[in-house]
Amino acid sequence: MEAATPLIESTRPSALFARPTPCAHCGLPVPVARIDLDAGRQFCCDGCCQVYAILQGSGLQQYYQYRGQDDAAPSPATPSRRRFDDFDAASFHERYCHTLSSGLERVELFLEGVHCSACVWLVERVNRVAPGVVAAELDLSRSVATVVWDPKVTALSAVARALDSLGYTPHATRATQLEAERRQGDRALLLRLGVAGAAAGNVMLMAFALYGGLFSGMSHEYQSLFRWLSFAIATPSVFYSGGVFLRGGWAALRTRALHMDLPVSIGILTGYAGGAWNTLRGTGEVYFDSLCTLIFLLLVGRFLQRKHHRAASNASELLSALAPTTARVLVAAEAREVPTEDLRSGQTIVVAPGERIAADGVINSGSSAVDVSLLTGESLPEEVAAGDKVYAGTVNQSAELHILVESAGKESRLGRLLESVTAAQRERAPIVRLADRVAGYFVFVVLGVAALTLAIWLQLDPSRAIDHTVALLVVTCPCALGMATPLAVSAALRQAAQVGILFKGGEFIEALARPGLIVFDKTGTLTEGRLELVAFHGDKSVIPWLRAVEARSTHPIARAFLRAFPGDVEPVALFDETPGGGVDARIAEHTLLVGSCSWLRLRLTRLPEWAEAQISTHSARGETPVLVALDGALVAVAAFADRVRADGGRELERLRRLGFECAVLSGDQQVIVDRVAAELGGGFMTALGNQSPEQKLAFVKAARGGRRNVIMVGDGVNDAAALAAASIGIAVHGGAEASLEAADAFTTQAGLRKIADAADGARRTLAVIRHGIAFSLLYNALGVALALSGALSPLVAAVLMPLSSITVVSVALRARTFRAKGTP
Amino acid sequence: MNIIFLILPLTLVLSVASVAAFAWATRSGQFDDLKTPALRILHEDVAPKSANVKTRPLR
Repeated sequence: MEAATPLIESTRPSALFARPTPCAHCGLPVPVARIDLDAGRQFCCDGCCQVYAILQGSGLQQYYQYRGQDDAAPSPATPSRRRFDDFDAASFHERYCHTLSSGLERVELFLEGVHCSACVWLVERVNRVAPGVVAAELDLSRSVATVVWDPKVTALSAVARALDSLGYTPHATRATQLEAERRQGDRALLLRLGVAGAAAGNVMLMAFALYGGLFSGMSHEYQSLFRWLSFAIATPSVFYSGGVFLRGGWAALRTRALHMDLPVSIGILTGYAGGAWNTLRGTGEVYFDSLCTLIFLLLVGRFLQRKHHRAASNASELLSALAPTTARVLVAAEAREVPTEDLRSGQTIVVAPGERIAADGVINSGSSAVDVSLLTGESLPEEVAAGDKVYAGTVNQSAELHILVESAGKESRLGRLLESVTAAQRERAPIVRLADRVAGYFVFVVLGVAALTLAIWLQLDPSRAIDHTVALLVVTCPCALGMATPLAVSAALRQAAQVGILFKGGEFIEALARPGLIVFDKTGTLTEGRLELVAFHGDKSVIPWLRAVEARSTHPIARAFLRAFPGDVEPVALFDETPGGGVDARIAEHTLLVGSCSWLRLRLTRLPEWAEAQISTHSARGETPVLVALDGALVAVAAFADRVRADGGRELERLRRLGFECAVLSGDQQVIVDRVAAELGGGFMTALGNQSPEQKLAFVKAARGGRRNVIMVGDGVNDAAALAAASIGIAVHGGAEASLEAADAFTTQAGLRKIADAADGARRTLAVIRHGIAFSLLYNALGVALALSGALSPLVAAVLMPLSSITVVSVALRARTFRAKGTP
Repeated sequence: MNIIFLILPLTLVLSVASVAAFAWATRSGQFDDLKTPALRILHEDVAPKSANVKTRPLR
């Protein structure tokens, strides 16, 4: 991820060129520095150049013809150049591959960067680059390719390298098994929907004839024929398609949980039983047409909702598939890629700068800075050297490390943390949705009114009492009520996804709509999540030299310095970096020392008073002072800190106006948390530092214990358990995969604005749901009045029910919830 | 009106046939991916081997 960013930045159109030269592969402008005047074709990066050569060499030039047609979002090719040795491991095959009866092997791979028709064309012709591939098929909407290959001809690693060389880095998806099950579920629901639709259509034709007969007369035998046929067609609709609701209703009854399915089931079953009885005895009313339409419409709602839920879960699973699942193990002085689950204690792994450490262990050799923010939330990198303990999930930042593995996988600290996430998810009380709560009261009211109807009509006209009661139960069957939530929610989920907020389920929108306590993790949500220069005191003329020196270092402070002072870099004569200390360099006949206070104190006899004053001020504010000395004398003090996001204060105010109380829980030191809270304008319920993942979890549990709606916003593994335990956990962009899995919603953009947008949108969605429910209850009241008076005929029911549904559908679909006004 | 005794069964047979066809199409995964086949058909050359990997539900 880190490596890809500068690549994209470097391909932005240069201001120097009025009409930039397009890259021969991806079509993006070629940076001026990369233009090679001797070459016939220009490329924006090495990746594009490599892919171009491969395509030309294997007769796949047609790619460019397809590419031109519909590529709305070109991007440079970024082959990872990994070896994919792990794809050949036996454990990998057991886990992800499938041997076909023909002896061929099949695997599903998630491909990075597939996005258009040309990608489909190219991926499906990968056999021209990788002989031995029998078939490849790409599902563009999921970015998953199904590859069938002959293990006698080629190894999977070779296929993976071929796909990678085309710019589509493959990943094994952990979600494949889950996906297969879910696909079965999708197909089953679609089939039920199809049957319900066919039944509804055909029964409606029969009903049309019957209603015609009401007005123009119809001989008894024909009427009876049509009734019997309607009965026959409605049966599969009720028991096969409607089985979804009947099962749900039965479960609600058994577990005594409120659920929409219960009143729906009562309506369907009484309507069906009453209709069947009247068909048998050849007199009275039948409601098969209304029932079939009802089942069909309710299933449409279910289907839409399922589809939109899936979009969010798919996205989070595919993101988690991008997690490094391999480690490089040192075997006989040679590094080999192995799946992380195959790591054993006692092995030595090699971790390059920028890579995530795959297991807990002790450093054998090398010294570096390690970003531990994922585990602890501490934003400053930790300096480590041989003998120090490092943990899985942390990122090695500056130099190669050799690590002796102590525990990997589930036994690692990360693994144990993830287990507590699963436990928290299991223990969490489910959210009771508004519609289900309404449905709970609804059942009692409807049953009460039904009893009343029965009692009244037993007095007035006993022969018609049963008929009227059945009519009442059918007409009050909450079709609109049942559709109001799924439709409003699926429309909202779609709009939310368009603006970059992904919810894993509609119930979380409802949870977010209620006011409560919103708990923030500091790193990444309230702050930028990286060190930035906040102050520079002293002689500014040393800046060009400082820049030259810092350009040689990969330390986060050095990078922050370069971001603050961009420009050209002079050559450095001598460069010596002490990890955890600083840099000793010779530049333009001067000696320049840049480093931490303690490191420079050892090298300078005395610090001037102004410098001491600055050091103590900045340290007290939780900032990191860095000293600069030129030829043995201190010339400047710079301070670095993880800065508060610019929009933070405003967005917090917006959240407060929506009725949320805010709190901060951070793994950072208390001074830093205090500074951040103060810079955001204060007003937090609590702002606690030094919080371990376990403490965060305990805080959230305690807050929820008070029956409060608790919203946790975080981005690291250290937040994952708390995210899972909260009423709704929101992970912000750039977060760890584990937090995405634990969260109920996530945003694709960092910062507080999306969180406030999400809360705003959720509030509007709940309003839409309320309107839908109100409308459907209104129609039901009308139906009850008609049924009580005995004026309700099947024809009236058949008109009333779709009418109420149409009202609710139009209310739900026309509403703007997450999408801003004015956008299409 | 006697024609009804011919038409009604015929309608039912047609309905059942179309539901059966729909069931077959769903079970064979034709509705799993609604995006890619629409793009694939625009490619002029024939894919090296039509990957009939999805005609059976994946297990």
